[in-house]
Amino acid sequence: MKKLEVSAIEEGTVIDQIASKSTFKVANILDIQNIDQVVLVGVNLSSKKLNKKGIIKIGGKQLTQEEVNKIALIAPDATLNIIKNSEVVRKFQVAIPDTLEGIVRCFNPNCVSNHQMIQSKFHVMNKNPIKIRCYYCERHMGGDDIELA
Amino acid sequence: MVLLKNRDIISILDFTKEEISYILDLSKKMDKQRHTDLLKGKILANLFFEPSTRTKLSFETAMKRLGGDVIGFDDPDKTSTAKGESLKDSVKIVEGYCDIIVIRHFLEGASRLAADTVNVPVINAGDGACQHPTQTFLDLYTIKNTKGGLEGLTVGFLGDLKYGRTAHSLAYALAHFNAEMFFISPPSLRIPKDYIEQLQSRGVSYHEVDSLSEVSSKLDILYCTRIQKERFADPVEYEKVRGIYKLSRTVLDNLKIGNDLKILHPLPRVEEMDESLDSTDYAVYFQQAHSGVPVREALLAALLGALQ
Repeated sequence: MKKLEVSAIEEGTVIDQIASKSTFKVANILDIQNIDQVVLVGVNLSSKKLNKKGIIKIGGKQLTQEEVNKIALIAPDATLNIIKNSEVVRKFQVAIPDTLEGIVRCFNPNCVSNHQMIQSKFHVMNKNPIKIRCYYCERHMGGDDIELA
Repeated sequence: MVLLKNRDIISILDFTKEEISYILDLSKKMDKQRHTDLLKGKILANLFFEPSTRTKLSFETAMKRLGGDVIGFDDPDKTSTAKGESLKDSVKIVEGYCDIIVIRHFLEGASRLAADTVNVPVINAGDGACQHPTQTFLDLYTIKNTKGGLEGLTVGFLGDLKYGRTAHSLAYALAHFNAEMFFISPPSLRIPKDYIEQLQSRGVSYHEVDSLSEVSSKLDILYCTRIQKERFADPVEYEKVRGIYKLSRTVLDNLKIGNDLKILHPLPRVEEMDESLDSTDYAVYFQQAHSGVPVREALLAALLGALQ
């Protein structure tokens, strides 16, 4: 029998295959501090794919598309497992959409999106490694520049 | 077929080679003869949230030469912006007063936001360090007129290549025409990596150097830019590079340069280019400034559907 490094949950979502260093960023996206159901966080777990991975299990939670998009930016290898009655009923890898609206802040302090009451908007130029271009000021941003809104 | 009616002119990246060539052909038409009533009854709103004498006056001149009228402002402190009105609201209001909007703004991407907000055509007359597409069209028009064409030229860009939006846009546009590019600047004012990556992805042959003397003999065009004090957040950084390039007749006499070199500059100039150059055959920057009128006439007429 496979030994679980992090306990199983009966209902909810498991975010697996998070690069270890990104685990707490993903936890922040999900605002786990304010979740009143079971939350299990594991880091530096063994992974064939990533060598070391993080995992977050959240009882009773279904992620929104915005949360999935944000996770895809921070942890592009992550997989989502939807759990019902202790069974994985759906499993899929997060995917970065072609356009990002309102989820990333433009790093250009002079960009109009940082000064007017509008949503930021980016075109995804490259998904791996991530490269995005601001729709407004046309600046390019890479993974290190990305700050979630 | 190129259709410009109701288009916005926001970024040179929005235009194909065919569209750029078409706009330059229309500009030539406007240059050859006056079309005094082409835009009679039409109103241009010049919204200048940042000062710019040449661009504003040349748009006004272009509209008036076509028989249209001009409204607008160049001091946002005397508008509702000073009361905290959003840019979207400002342009929505003006949309009801005019047929076409020209906007200059200190925020990058402001013209894109304006264009998305209103239903009349919007022309970007410069937004921060981002884009100034009509300047690029007039730069191309000047180069084409002085060199007889645009294909395969060797072009040097000199000065502030970090913040110099005119150089960025021109480099993008010339990428369509197989130009070889030399970016001449101090290390602190190098052209940003983004632009280099874009040019690389389009197969452009480019070189980054510190000194004009390294490349002067190879150039067909030298595009000089001012080191823009207003773009520096730190005055100390500006002082470090201020006056680093000073072109004069004597400097050119001591450099190896081709006889047919042409020097462009978006103006205004400060200390990077001496008046002793003005009377030489190299200098085409005043001609370049004057090209703004036929180019902007062509754009106004085409966007308003009066010329195709």
